Formats: sequence, C-alpha cells, structure tokens
Amino acid sequence: MAGNPLLEVRNLRVEFPTRRGILTAVDDISLHIDPGEVLGVVGESGAGKSMTGAAIIGLLEPPGRIADGEILLEGRRIDNLPYEQMRRIRGREIGAIFQDPLTSLNPLYSVGEQLVETIQTHTDMSHSQALARAIELLAEVGIPAPERRVEHYPHQFSGGMRQRVVIALALCVNPKLIIADEPTTALDVSIQAQIIALLKRLCREHGTAVMLVTHDMGVIAETADRVAVMYAGRIAEIGPVRQVIQNPKHPYTVGLMGSIPSIDQGDGRLTQIEGAMPRLTAIPQGCAFNPRCTLTMDRCFRERPDLVQVEETRVSCWHHDKELAHA
Amino acid sequence: MPDAPIGASTESREGVMRVQGLARYFDVSPPLLNRLIERQPRQILKAVDGIDFEIAKGETFSLVGESGCGKSTVARLIVGLYKPTAGSIEFEGRDIAGLTRVEMAPLRRRLQMIFQDPYASLNPRWRVRDIVAEPLRAFGLETTSAGIERRVGELLSFVKLAAADGAKYPHEFSGGQRQRISIARALASQPDFLVCDEPTSALDVSVQAQILNLMKDLQREFGLTYLFISHNLAVVSHVSDRVGVMYLGRLVEVAPAKTLFTAPRHPYTRMLLDTIPDLSMSGRDRTPVAGEVPNPITPPPGCTFHPRCPFATDRCRAEVPMPITTADGSIVTCHGVEEGRVPEGPVMAGA
Repeated sequence: MAGNPLLEVRNLRVEFPTRRGILTAVDDISLHIDPGEVLGVVGESGAGKSMTGAAIIGLLEPPGRIADGEILLEGRRIDNLPYEQMRRIRGREIGAIFQDPLTSLNPLYSVGEQLVETIQTHTDMSHSQALARAIELLAEVGIPAPERRVEHYPHQFSGGMRQRVVIALALCVNPKLIIADEPTTALDVSIQAQIIALLKRLCREHGTAVMLVTHDMGVIAETADRVAVMYAGRIAEIGPVRQVIQNPKHPYTVGLMGSIPSIDQGDGRLTQIEGAMPRLTAIPQGCAFNPRCTLTMDRCFRERPDLVQVEETRVSCWHHDKELAHA
Repeated sequence: MPDAPIGASTESREGVMRVQGLARYFDVSPPLLNRLIERQPRQILKAVDGIDFEIAKGETFSLVGESGCGKSTVARLIVGLYKPTAGSIEFEGRDIAGLTRVEMAPLRRRLQMIFQDPYASLNPRWRVRDIVAEPLRAFGLETTSAGIERRVGELLSFVKLAAADGAKYPHEFSGGQRQRISIARALASQPDFLVCDEPTSALDVSVQAQILNLMKDLQREFGLTYLFISHNLAVVSHVSDRVGVMYLGRLVEVAPAKTLFTAPRHPYTRMLLDTIPDLSMSGRDRTPVAGEVPNPITPPPGCTFHPRCPFATDRCRAEVPMPITTADGSIVTCHGVEEGRVPEGPVMAGA
C-alpha cells in the first residue's frame, strides 16, 4: 500500500435480524481503495457485494445494520456518523451510481433541476452558475445538445442517456469516491461499452476512485485495477485484475472463470461448478465454498480460512495456506 | 441422432423450420379520438419486417441483437403465440402460420418453448410434479397416474433433479433449478423443436454454465433442434451452429457461428463483436460505436443501420439493401459489402 488509502473497510459485518435469527450478509470483510483507483467487486447474486457498497455509503436498508467493523474515509470513521453528517458526505465525497437509471432519477423534475439541486446542496453556487455547470456536465458525459436537453425529464431520455445523466449527477461536485453498483447491467451491449468507456475516462480525468460492483467479469477486466471476488458474504480472493483473471487461485474463482463462455474457446463444454451458492440461512461451517469445492480437506469443513498472501493476490483457501506451510 | 456438423451445406440436411418473408406489425397508434383531434396518422411498429431463415434438424440456430430488434417476437411467432402480419412459417413443409387452434394442436406438442424468467414462468401454486405433468395430461401422453408419476420422475432425472423434488413448490428452488424445471416441462411432450428465449440471462454465470451444458447434453440425447434467442454474444458463440444477427426487425447477417465470429461481414455484426468485454486482458481499448438504436416506430430510411455505420453512403441513406448470398452460403444485407466498400477483417479497428 503506497500512501494512505482513500477508503478503508476493516472487518465489516452486515447483519439482518429476522424472525428466524440473524442473517449475516457480509461477514468480516476488509478491503481498501487508493485514491484514483478502480476496485472491482465481483460475485454472484447474494454474495454480499451490493450490501458492502450500501454499507459504505450508509444506505443499508433497515433492518440491515453494520454489526461490527469500521469504515474509514481518509482515515476518518464514517460508519458511526449521525444521519445529517452522513448525508453531507454522500454526494459531496462519495457519489453513487445504481443499476436502474430510471429509479435513481426523480421523474417529476427535469434533469437540469436535479443537477442544480445537487450542485447547490453541496456548493454555494448561485442558480445560474449551477445551471451553467449542469449544462457543462451533460456535455461532458456526451449528451448531445445539452442546452436543450437540460430542460427535459428522465422519461424523454433513452436508457443509455439516462445512465449518462446519473453519472453526471454522481460527478457533479467532484467526489473522491464513486460506488457504482451494476452501472451497466440494465443496458444493451453496445450502450454498455459506451458507458464503461465514459466512466473510465471521467474517473481518470477527475482522479476519482471507483468501487465497481458487478457480476460481469468482462466489465471488471476492462475497467478495474484490482478486484475482490466475493462468495457468501466473504472475500474469496482479492488482487490485481490481471492476476485474478489469468491466474485465479481460489477454487471458486477458477470455476467462475471457466464457466464464462468466450468467443475464442469454441463450442466445448463449459467448466461448471456444481450446486449453487448457499442461502444466508445455511452457510456451512468452515470454508463457505466447501460443498461445491472439488479440493476439500478435513480442515475446510472445520475452520474458516483467513486471507493469505500468495504472490500479489490474497486468497482465503486452506490449500494456499498449506502450500505456504510446506514452502 | 448425429450432430449436424458446423458449416455443412444446407442441401444435405432435412430442413425442419423454414421462415420466409416473416413480418409482424403492431399498431401502437393513440386512440381514434386523439388521432382525429391531434391530426396524427396511425403509428405502426414493425417489430419483425420481412425475415427469412431456415433451421435444419438437430441444429442450434441463434438470433442475436439488442433490445427491440424483434428477436423475441420471432420466437413468439414460431410457437404460435402471435399471428404473423405477412410471410410463412413452414414446419416440415407445412405452413403453420395460418393454422386454426385445432389444426395447430398436434404441432404444439412438437414445438415447445423455454422462457427467460424462471420465476414468472412456473405457477407458484402448483407442485413441481403437476407443472411437469401438465403437458402429459394435456396431450394425453400418459393416462394412468402411475404412468404419469414414472414419467415425471424420468423427466426430472433428465434435468438432474431428484424425483422427490416433484413434491415441492417452485419457491423452494433457486433460479437455476427453476430453469431446469422449465426444461423438464418443455421436454415432457417429447418435442422436436425448442424455442429458447434468453434461457440463461436471468441466471448467474456459474449456473448459466450448468444450464448451457445441460441443454447441449439434452440436444445430443434427444436430437433436439433449438432456436436460441440471446443478446449475449459469448453465449451465442458457445451454443450455436448458425447465427442470425437482427437489427430493427431485419436480419442483417446469417452465417455459421465460426464464420460469423471470426470473419463478420456486416458493419453491425462487427460493432457487436467489438463490444464484447475482453477477458484475455490484451489491454486493447475498445472503440464503442457512437449512437443508439433508433426508435423502431420511425426507423431511418434506406438501411436502418446507416446513422451508426462508419461506411454509410448516399445509397445507404436512400435505398433499402436486399439480402445477398455470399460464396460460402452466408447472407449479408449491406450495400457496402455488395459494392466491396466495407473492408474485410475481423473487427472494426478504431473506425
């Protein structure tokens, strides 16, 4: 780690109390994001990736709550701030982009009004200054004829254009970090490529760090610097994107990479991981991946593995721990 | 049933599904009174606008394209959920488009469909064994309750579920298992032809791999013919023998999967291929194509792709291109390819 990380998450645990007991959606995860860095968080539905993002921006839906751990933004704890203070940080320092651009925009206000409101909430610009900034932002995210479009309502934009507006909203006061939760999942492939390119370019220009939450390894490969692979609320593997994709270490990541069809690979069978991710009510003892893993040992059923450093990646798997012991 | 080899000539195979000039228009006009007051003409959405293709027995033919290109409408036309506005759908030489309900009934057994959403396509109040047994009862394939029970157990084992799962309700299963139930139900009537409309797009990748492998195994075992609809090019390249690329209701290119993915001809196909995220980490910066799919109610004149095409000329803007058959039997609908203006090559480089 060079310098101080922008965001640090330490031993975060997110729980949902239910009638049948407590569900642990995020179980003891630690990660950090450096300034200007893109961290991908990848996993299947229910892996806890969106929960992690929601916990960081303080938007966990009740009864979900942070049960343990700390979240630090530039060394300052933000997980225990009162609502009003957290609201100031949201938007000003941490921006958010969600999957469905239609639900993240208010249908009753023009996009200009929404941009102006956000800009004025966080800065002391006058209305006309804020409006000028809004038009500038729309131009920056590639919306044609921004002077005219600024008066339009969300329903008058296509899906791709709406997501551009949402990106403009997230970037309007130059936050240091953006949490992007499945930003391209609802879009068509050709539009998806445009949005990824846009997000990449803007973050590079503004020096914004991004936590990119997605289920799509392809998007991660194209965008992220480092990636965390999540499984059943835990981090299975975290490291530089190239390492994780080309030389995955955790058996889950190995299976996940093998199950992605690719154009070059021809029409052979895909590697499949048998079974499905356990429900939160029935996470097995020991390593959460043990029912689907082909390499299990006794220890995998008894003890939960910690993250251990293997080359540039950190992996939570007893096999790698064992290799280290023998080395 | 032998697998049809990729790229085999179409003459040597028995064609089972032949679609010619197929079109389906939807009237999306505002109500009559509004039209009169606002002096607006009728608005017709040409969801499918004259497409031709042929699917041979045992083959997997895929339709790929972005949302709104008409691929799901084609799926629904083929299984008879919509009536075509024009054109014919021939199944083993017989036009099924104009058949009445009664005449269609015996064919329904042989043409089945798997839907995208495994949550919406299973009745939540029925036990799995009743869901899977419904086609058996409806077509009178099994009449005794012992026969039905045996057959349901067999069908569930085909899709790698236990016979005991039949007593459960759909909500007790994960998305992937539900899609297995849909497949078991589709197989119950011993169909020859399965229309699969985005069967894996609601699933996670590791589960998607399980379903795609299962579908391949079943195809080999029962000699099934698939019409596979998807927007995911990587999945399409993995499952298909031949692929048709749709854009705004028309087929712009039809070719064997290998050819299409290694040497695409139509500029739109090249653009689509260029949008596939690169997992090999070659570090190449993709050049996303500018523009979006135009409004299908008022499509651009001439070739509908011309506003986004880097090779467009005045002819493309004025004249609708006709499908041309190339030397290898592929079909391309592009003036540029016909005139040799569009350079050959795998993917558009920084166009």
